[in-house]
Amino acid sequence: MTAPNHNWRKFKNAFMQTLAFVCAILVVVPLVLVFYHLIKEGFTSINWAFFTQLQKPVGESGGGMANAIVGTFVLLAQAALIGVPVGVLGGVFLSEYGGTKLNWWIRFAADILNGVPSITWGIVVWALLVVPLTAPFRGTVKSVDAAEHLVTVQSPAGDTQEFKADANTRLQLNGKGRLDSLNQGTDVMIWYHQGNDNTLLADSISPSGLWGIFIATIIKWHNSVSGFSALAGGVVLGLMMIPLVMRTTEEVLQLVPGGYREAALALGIAKWKTIVQIVIRTALKGIVTGVMLALARVAGETAPLLFTALGNQNWTHSLTEPIAAMPLQIFAYAISPYDDWHRQAWAGALVLLLLVLSINITVRFLTRDRFQPKI
Amino acid sequence: MPDSPNQMPNAAPDARSANSPALTVRHLSVFFGKSAAVKNVSLDITRHAVTAIIGPSGCGKSTFLRALNRMHELNPEARMEGEIHLFGDDIYSRTVESVTVRRRVGMVFQKSNPFPTMSIVENVTVGLRLNGVRERKILAERTEQSLRMAALWDEVKDRLNAPAISLSGGQQQRLCIARALAVQPEVLLMDEPASALDPLATAKIEDLIVSLKKDYTIVIVTHNMQQAARASDFTAFFYLGELVEFGPTAKIFTSPAQKRTEDYVTGRFG
Repeated sequence: MTAPNHNWRKFKNAFMQTLAFVCAILVVVPLVLVFYHLIKEGFTSINWAFFTQLQKPVGESGGGMANAIVGTFVLLAQAALIGVPVGVLGGVFLSEYGGTKLNWWIRFAADILNGVPSITWGIVVWALLVVPLTAPFRGTVKSVDAAEHLVTVQSPAGDTQEFKADANTRLQLNGKGRLDSLNQGTDVMIWYHQGNDNTLLADSISPSGLWGIFIATIIKWHNSVSGFSALAGGVVLGLMMIPLVMRTTEEVLQLVPGGYREAALALGIAKWKTIVQIVIRTALKGIVTGVMLALARVAGETAPLLFTALGNQNWTHSLTEPIAAMPLQIFAYAISPYDDWHRQAWAGALVLLLLVLSINITVRFLTRDRFQPKI
Repeated sequence: MPDSPNQMPNAAPDARSANSPALTVRHLSVFFGKSAAVKNVSLDITRHAVTAIIGPSGCGKSTFLRALNRMHELNPEARMEGEIHLFGDDIYSRTVESVTVRRRVGMVFQKSNPFPTMSIVENVTVGLRLNGVRERKILAERTEQSLRMAALWDEVKDRLNAPAISLSGGQQQRLCIARALAVQPEVLLMDEPASALDPLATAKIEDLIVSLKKDYTIVIVTHNMQQAARASDFTAFFYLGELVEFGPTAKIFTSPAQKRTEDYVTGRFG
């Protein structure tokens, strides 16, 4: 029997410990890098104008993203209007009502929804709220005048409508690009806007069907014709909040001891009053925390807004118009070729990070005595 | 007894006469799923008296107590058979809601559970406020009256707006009793109200129980044999879901008719 090799064993031990330490440090490195870069690149561009002015045209320096900052808050407010009531009441149902089997399925669905990629949410809301609101004219082609670029279409109700297609539109026709490729009798959808002389100018004409909608809308997106709206942006963020808020609400309500429910019910207080006045009130801090974390999470979402809120270089005066948002603005600036805009993108990213960070810090303060009252 | 705003229909005319029982329980069985926790129990709860329910753990005494104000219905598996009349009113009648029953039959639990988000005074008045009583005068009157009855007034009258959870354990339990009294129930159920308290606080609760029977009918579940002997007028001994023996406390503790009762009260089993 040979003596155990202590040195080899000690070496293995030290090696593993060092490896684990290096990995732990690697976790922190990106955070430091993010902060370092954002502050280095963005801090100098943060000034009063950044918060109060719109973007300046290319070539002029200065300007800011006031509209994007306001837009982000408008979107978050709408998201909260949708996500908080539905999420909280859903969480109340899971915690306080419902059969266990039904609850299992709802919980399962919510957990799946929490894992759905944000771009998927975007495309769903785009199909539900953006595409229908572009309100195409649906009908059957009656006649085509290729020389004058005129298409006459009859709606199912029997109205006939004449559309003038411009050079752009022709490229979008049925994927073939020529008006005369449209046959008489083809079912089509036409997205249009009204010209100055009240002619109906077709932005795109496509055969009916989902694929047709897709092509048409991608083109419309580039033409930046309505359909995209602040409303759609708010809805997509709100929908993303629902499962987040629902699960955290359920969890904090479950932390409320059953004794409080029993005590209230034994006083002859109706169940819904017990839930609202006793259970929710006891768990209010936790619910608020969940809501704020959900808001922080959706505040930085970019992908779903590309399809819905779209972005806007100016102020938005109605929820039915496209609206600017900080992540969208950062994206737009970052992929631009201008140094001025790059600096604005850095500044925007820094402000967005500070916003999310301040929400998280507020939550830390709120939850400091989360497990009081002593139970 | 204060007149109740929640009178139930079908009150038998003689049920409110002075000597009739507060609660008449007939052939009560309570099931959780398929197993019976209480089996065919019949007894009368005398008004203005303290009735103690004793028995070993799992004998169905808590379930019996909870059936008296329909609290067992919180368990969706629970099902009952038999009849319970409160001063002549069938509390399981189809036209009677559990909320109405619970306003007439209050309850105090083993673990003191004052609402942590509320002050002392808010805890006392919560049952009134959430049932629509708004007048400050009434709320103030009931607060003092209930806290006095619960022997807590002198200790808290100078800090009524302090958080309820700033009180000691025994004070919290008396606050819970005050909270239950504030809605002016006719019967007060107590589920081991002193088992989590120290001997001094326990003694206070026992004194309180004795003093409350002047105005209330009290049913108390207890594990503590001395407590039943000291504080109650009648004692029911439950074993395995059945009512083994029921009678005046003195008789149950000195000359029980059943061998099992004698074994239990003398500490030979259970």
